[in-house]
Amino acid sequence: MADRENSFRSFYTVLLLALVCSALVSGAAVGLRERQEANQRIDQQKNILRAAGIYRVGVDVEQLFAGVEARVIRLRDGSFVSPDKIDPGQFDQLRAALKPQTSRELSRQEDLAGLGRLEEYALIYLVRENGRLQKVVLPIRGRGAWSTMHGYVALAADLNTVAGATFYRHGETPGLGGEIENPGWLAAWRGKQVYDRRNQPALRVIKGDAPEGDEGRHQIDGISGATMTLKGVSNLLEFWFGEHGFKPFLERYREGGLDDE
Amino acid sequence: MSEESKRELLFRAIFERNPIALLVLGICSALAVTGNMATALVMSICLTLVVACSGAIISALRHHIPNTVRIGIQITIIATLVILVDQILKAFFYELSRQLSIYVGLIITNCIVMGRAEGFAMSNPPGRSFIDGLGNGLGYSFVLLAVAFWRELLGAGTLFGHTILATTRREGWYEPNGLMLLPASAFFLVALIIWLLRVIYPEQREE
Repeated sequence: MADRENSFRSFYTVLLLALVCSALVSGAAVGLRERQEANQRIDQQKNILRAAGIYRVGVDVEQLFAGVEARVIRLRDGSFVSPDKIDPGQFDQLRAALKPQTSRELSRQEDLAGLGRLEEYALIYLVRENGRLQKVVLPIRGRGAWSTMHGYVALAADLNTVAGATFYRHGETPGLGGEIENPGWLAAWRGKQVYDRRNQPALRVIKGDAPEGDEGRHQIDGISGATMTLKGVSNLLEFWFGEHGFKPFLERYREGGLDDE
Repeated sequence: MSEESKRELLFRAIFERNPIALLVLGICSALAVTGNMATALVMSICLTLVVACSGAIISALRHHIPNTVRIGIQITIIATLVILVDQILKAFFYELSRQLSIYVGLIITNCIVMGRAEGFAMSNPPGRSFIDGLGNGLGYSFVLLAVAFWRELLGAGTLFGHTILATTRREGWYEPNGLMLLPASAFFLVALIIWLLRVIYPEQREE
């Protein structure tokens, strides 16, 4: 009967160990959750500040972020949604994109960025200085070579000139596609124009270096070894600055400006 | 096998019986996280902690672990430790945990950890298993850091993000070697380290 006793013992040992280990893991997950969420929030804010070009090392992120106003807009017509209807502090755009009630399926033709579903509302950030609008930070995302890349693009007050960009979450190959988060590369985005003379989104990443001056005003330098990733970046720029993205919003406010909003 | 002193136990795994160079284990992460020094260093620390602690715990429980389910139990203990390390990184070193992304989680499947648990901790007391784990972790760290040193220096002209060789992209003189940024370049560097070690320790050569 030794075998039988043994298998019982094995069973109890495994059960006990599983209980102890799961208690440890869940304890750590619950105990550290608050800190992790705070980190994520600060990281998000840091990236918004970085895109807007107002992030400074050593200055408290929350303090810098106090000058940034979060607003919810309706993507379809570009109108602002009152904070009473949707609280920007609570609104989770990515979650909204997953829910059938707050998003719609994109057709294959529409879906340049490989999103699958597009949310009805987007969370944008307005950066003001002495009451005047300086920059608008817009969230962008899309499929790269392996993963969905998440980032922000900041536009200057003319709502056409790029003021900065970041990618804060992606799963691209480190050293190749992963270089999209390289600040040196992102710095070259500054001053580029999103829309061409026919008001079409023209900003994209090219192979090799972008020409200097006016000729290269819609072109961003390529990164060697990152062709597939950068194709994704070009596609997501075309999508998010197109009809289904922020174009209605940008057109609506380009004339009148955003100062009164 | 005679009982080695604790000192021997600790140091032999660094050069003489290096887990990557002699046993050729853990190659996967050696390719993945050695693009720069910072990630290689954090990965080394995480792995060393996990190997040492899992060795000690498994060794302490070794008389209670039923033989039939020992691998499952080892994996459970290792996975628990790795998740703890990952959670702690996310809470206190957020930037680094982002850079390491999935590779911390992949320590669970690192052959060195399982190899030491099965090969040493199951038949040795906890103290010695801890030191053996520490030594193997340091051996892994040595290879990782050596590879990362050359990859970051030749591939990007920097070390820990500080510019050492001014690259042509930033108006310097150094044309970075793009191959070094590719994971495959770690194969060449690991091979060079293995070659070097086998010149120094001829007994490592295979017939």
